[in-house]
Amino acid sequence: MSLSDDQVQRLARLARIAIRPEEFEPVLERLNSVLRLVDEMRRVDTAGVEPMAHPLDAVQRLREDAVTESDQRDLYQALASAVEGGLYLVPKVIE
Amino acid sequence: MLNSSLTEISAALAARSISSVELTGLFLDRIAELNGELKAFIWPEKTRDIALEQARRADERRAGRGNAGDTGPLTGIPIAFKDIYCTRGVHTTCGSRILQNFVSPYDAHVVEQFYRAGAVLLGKCNMDQFAMGSSNESSYFGPVRNPWAKNRVPGGSSGGSAAAVAARMAPAATGTDTGGSTRQPAAFSGICGLRPTYGLVSRYGLVAFASSLDQAGPLARSAADLALMLNVMAGFDARDSTSVDRPKEDYTKALDAKLKGVRIGIPREYLAEGIEPGVREGVEQAVSWFTAQGAVRVELQLPLTRLAVPAYYVIAPAEASSNLSRFDGVRYGHRAKEYADLIDMYCRTRAEGFGDEVKRRILVGTYVLSHGYYDAYYLQAQKVRRLIAQDLLRAFERCDVIVGPTAPTTAFEIGAKADDPVQMYLGDIFTIPAPLAGLPALSIPCGFDAAGLPVGLQLMGRHFSEGLLLGAAHRYQQATDWHLRVPTETPL
Repeated sequence: MSLSDDQVQRLARLARIAIRPEEFEPVLERLNSVLRLVDEMRRVDTAGVEPMAHPLDAVQRLREDAVTESDQRDLYQALASAVEGGLYLVPKVIE
Repeated sequence: MLNSSLTEISAALAARSISSVELTGLFLDRIAELNGELKAFIWPEKTRDIALEQARRADERRAGRGNAGDTGPLTGIPIAFKDIYCTRGVHTTCGSRILQNFVSPYDAHVVEQFYRAGAVLLGKCNMDQFAMGSSNESSYFGPVRNPWAKNRVPGGSSGGSAAAVAARMAPAATGTDTGGSTRQPAAFSGICGLRPTYGLVSRYGLVAFASSLDQAGPLARSAADLALMLNVMAGFDARDSTSVDRPKEDYTKALDAKLKGVRIGIPREYLAEGIEPGVREGVEQAVSWFTAQGAVRVELQLPLTRLAVPAYYVIAPAEASSNLSRFDGVRYGHRAKEYADLIDMYCRTRAEGFGDEVKRRILVGTYVLSHGYYDAYYLQAQKVRRLIAQDLLRAFERCDVIVGPTAPTTAFEIGAKADDPVQMYLGDIFTIPAPLAGLPALSIPCGFDAAGLPVGLQLMGRHFSEGLLLGAAHRYQQATDWHLRVPTETPL
């Protein structure tokens, strides 16, 4: 199967990636070529096969519910493009 | 010293016949000479002084004591790090524009381990952006060139690490391997690369790509050097939830492997059509050498091999789309200058910050995880993954090591596959099965094709059989000199 223009627009929205109009055709074309490649795998009979989420079939290790992080806010916020008063700044979302 | 093994370098430092500052200076000069063209390192001028300062401190530590004790096994030895490893106070770009200005506030577990062993941070190696690629062409910092032929790719995604080690700009380097990113660049660049068993090396502090596949591994010029590197890298770390808690091994003790009676499985599919004649010949000759030492050749069939690339290129993008959602321009990394609102800020930031291949994989991953397609793609790929893994584990009931080419071709020309992602992906066919099953595998040089380009031999083993793989590779390297050859276009 291949993707329609609308589907690619929707994926781009979901993935939060802007696609410029002039990029659209090549993006669509290459996404479709990747989907054609993976199509072969869709036809395999996998009835009764457990999906493999972890290559050693291990389960997530749990740890004690203890504080392991120290307060390093200033160090971490030094990396952000916009901070004020210890807060990360983003465009206004509530009127 | 540029051409010496880690063991030789270590002995020279211990004997005080060279200081770490002198040694590190030699490699830094070599980098300064070659990097403009090869682009194996990202901004080596920014790490130069850090390297020399660390080397000076290593010399002090060594001078400080008459007995060995406090100095680690790599004291004063400069090691290059793929720029996916977080290094405190040093840029960690992951080959991308979005992390171009990111200076890590902490060290990755593996970096800590190297520091503990006494190593010096020589520099940060160029790589395919977010480790997505098999040629190093997806780096924001320009393609790395292959020291054997500068118009060709060094492989990827740890292509900078591979080129640096091959061109004698670094004695050894770290890499990562999600679908072949230590082994394939090692093969293309004529050096050795190891992907350890999933969970053997902590990924804490590595920029995540596909979490059910990512592993960290070393690149070096010999199996013996890989063993020394793995000794430092392997080990339990509670900060990576997939880290396996098991006793530490000394891999250098495994190097003296006995080959007599070792069963070498040769999958028919790994030498099928589509393999370049020079690659086939190199692999066949290596297999003959192993059987001449008493190893037993076992013919295998792994018919599901053809499904490995399709399954991988669903699973890896799916996990990538989730992992890379953290790059939003808010907490770290690039943020677009102009935007209308919050969503627009995200969309423009990510459009500007990610390269084409990264965007493509995020979009594919978003699709295969989206409502209505999840079962048909992602869940199906995870089921096919189990079938492929079961096939491999069954094969290991009949053999101890699976041997074949690391890649179907030798290094291709820069640009040859740049516009055709599917052709690029298909080249990963032999390196993808090991990560799908969580198995260890390594690549060592086993010859040259008619054009003089290195051929890589892959050895794959059972879970946690790194010792056997390194031992078999070491024995082969004691009898051959492919791994000792210096690249023709970067002579010493």
